[in-house]
Amino acid sequence: MTASISIKGLHHTFGAFQALKNIDLSIDAGEYTVLLGPSGCGKTTLLSILGGFLVPTQGLVMIGEKDMTQVQPAKRPTTTMFQDYALFPHMSLKDNVAFGLRMRGMRKQARHAKADQFLELVGLFHDGNKRPHELSGGQRQRVALARALAVNPDVLLLDEPLGALDLKLRRSMQDELKAIQREVGTTFVHVTHDQEEAMAIADRIVVMNAGQIEDQGAPDRVYRRPCSLFAANFMGEINQIPAWREQNRLATLLGHPPIAPPDSDAEQWVACVRPEQLSSEPREWSLGTATVVNNAFFGAHYRCHLRSDKAPNLTFVAHFPPSHEPKVGESLALYVDPQHISLFADTHVKEAVA
Amino acid sequence: MRMIQWFYLAVAFTFIYLPVASLVLFSLKDGNLPLPPFEGPTLRWYQDVLSDSQLMAALGHSLLVAVSSSLVACTLGFLAAYGLARHVLPGSVFMRGLLIAPMTVSYLIVGLGLLIVFNQLGIGVSLWAAGIGHVVINLPLCFAIIYASMGAQQQNAEHAARDLGANEGRVITLVTIPMLAPAILAAFFLAMTLSWDEFVIAFLLTRFEVTLPVEIWSLLRSGLSSKTNAIGSLVFLGSVTVVLLLEIFLFGRRRA
Repeated sequence: MTASISIKGLHHTFGAFQALKNIDLSIDAGEYTVLLGPSGCGKTTLLSILGGFLVPTQGLVMIGEKDMTQVQPAKRPTTTMFQDYALFPHMSLKDNVAFGLRMRGMRKQARHAKADQFLELVGLFHDGNKRPHELSGGQRQRVALARALAVNPDVLLLDEPLGALDLKLRRSMQDELKAIQREVGTTFVHVTHDQEEAMAIADRIVVMNAGQIEDQGAPDRVYRRPCSLFAANFMGEINQIPAWREQNRLATLLGHPPIAPPDSDAEQWVACVRPEQLSSEPREWSLGTATVVNNAFFGAHYRCHLRSDKAPNLTFVAHFPPSHEPKVGESLALYVDPQHISLFADTHVKEAVA
Repeated sequence: MRMIQWFYLAVAFTFIYLPVASLVLFSLKDGNLPLPPFEGPTLRWYQDVLSDSQLMAALGHSLLVAVSSSLVACTLGFLAAYGLARHVLPGSVFMRGLLIAPMTVSYLIVGLGLLIVFNQLGIGVSLWAAGIGHVVINLPLCFAIIYASMGAQQQNAEHAARDLGANEGRVITLVTIPMLAPAILAAFFLAMTLSWDEFVIAFLLTRFEVTLPVEIWSLLRSGLSSKTNAIGSLVFLGSVTVVLLLEIFLFGRRRA
């Protein structure tokens, strides 16, 4: 089963602290959504509100057209996969997975048969009689997933599910989570602070910061054309070039980028370019020459720091193709295509003034 | 250095076990006074104890009071701990203090207070009164032990159970109690041992039906006898068996 989620005008406060501010979010049925943000951004609070563990101070939570704002966790069509898995240590894996079915009054034989089915889905069919303490972290995580899915929820909520796993296991579990989500078709809402993890599994990424949604959309869109400076920064490394308005043109220390000045009265701007969009081959806008400060080989590319020759306070990070190694001290001409430049009002300046 | 370590170990164990060893030894002595020189051995005193209907009745009373008062103390202690650990209540720090405070009051004071209350209420003294007294002294202990072991791990499992559709009753019976079983059993057996040994409150609050410590005390009034040694040895044997069983079944399994 699966259901859509719709959140309208959500606010939540803990005492004087405003954890969520005016959240509006629609998630389609069967979508894999990742809530991405630094710790303290409110993503876990939002997940708790979806799961029913918190009642929001203000706002509406709809799951599959039904108002769920005040409904207890037990009565919701959601299940949660907890960060520490929260398995029942005194029960076998089979009983763990069958727990939700037992609560729904299913007979022992039937629920054990169903539990076996879900243990098979996560590759633990032969371990049904083991106890959780006999398993590795990755296996426990699979049991938690099977237990949450066994009751056939409309929405599965995952609270930093891969946080406790080592990097290699985390990457392989990401693929598996995605594959299982495709197979069962349930709406998944997954919380993480790992941007690579979000890119790897999400149909939709929701970037959060300080209790607000900064950007949301498909991973490639959020990465390539982020809606805010925060989202641009959080989604990966980015070069920031200060810009300002000069008559009807945009100006930087490196000349005039061939993009229209934004229709806004902000004075200070930042032009952002991803490292892989900086090129040493001629493109539409030339950033002048820059000296290679250091470089490192990453397999698919060389990652270099460069200092602009024209404006020595500006440094760039650029990815160059592995076919040619840039030498430290070498001076390279840098170019970028204007469609790869994202322009944002410089909020830091604004904050400093305010 | 090694010699000193072994010597220290020997001295420590002698200090702890010498009284018990001499108790058991002289319970086997063929003579009226449990004092050296040793004669015998004989099982005469054990036969004497086991055929003494008054002593056996006192043993039964002690067992009854110990088991039932510990059950009640554990149940109340668990409920108080669950309530205070899982819910935000006004003045919960104060309530926690109030629950633990009786531990600092001497048994004599608790016994006297209960005696006055029971007399005022016209209930009088009985095994019931002694049982209630033992609940009063063991409740703080049970509460403290169980409360201390209620950690985030259980709380998360309880969250998960609720999330999967369990109501409060099933959360407690299927998740909280099984997960806390070691602490609850430890509290139960500790309360039982304390109640089993307890003299002051039982002495003040019982009259015709008395517990074993009170019965032993009245035997001691007519002087030392190898018979009291035999009772002591039997009680010791009982406690040791319980402790060994606990060690094997409860804590042994957890380590494995």
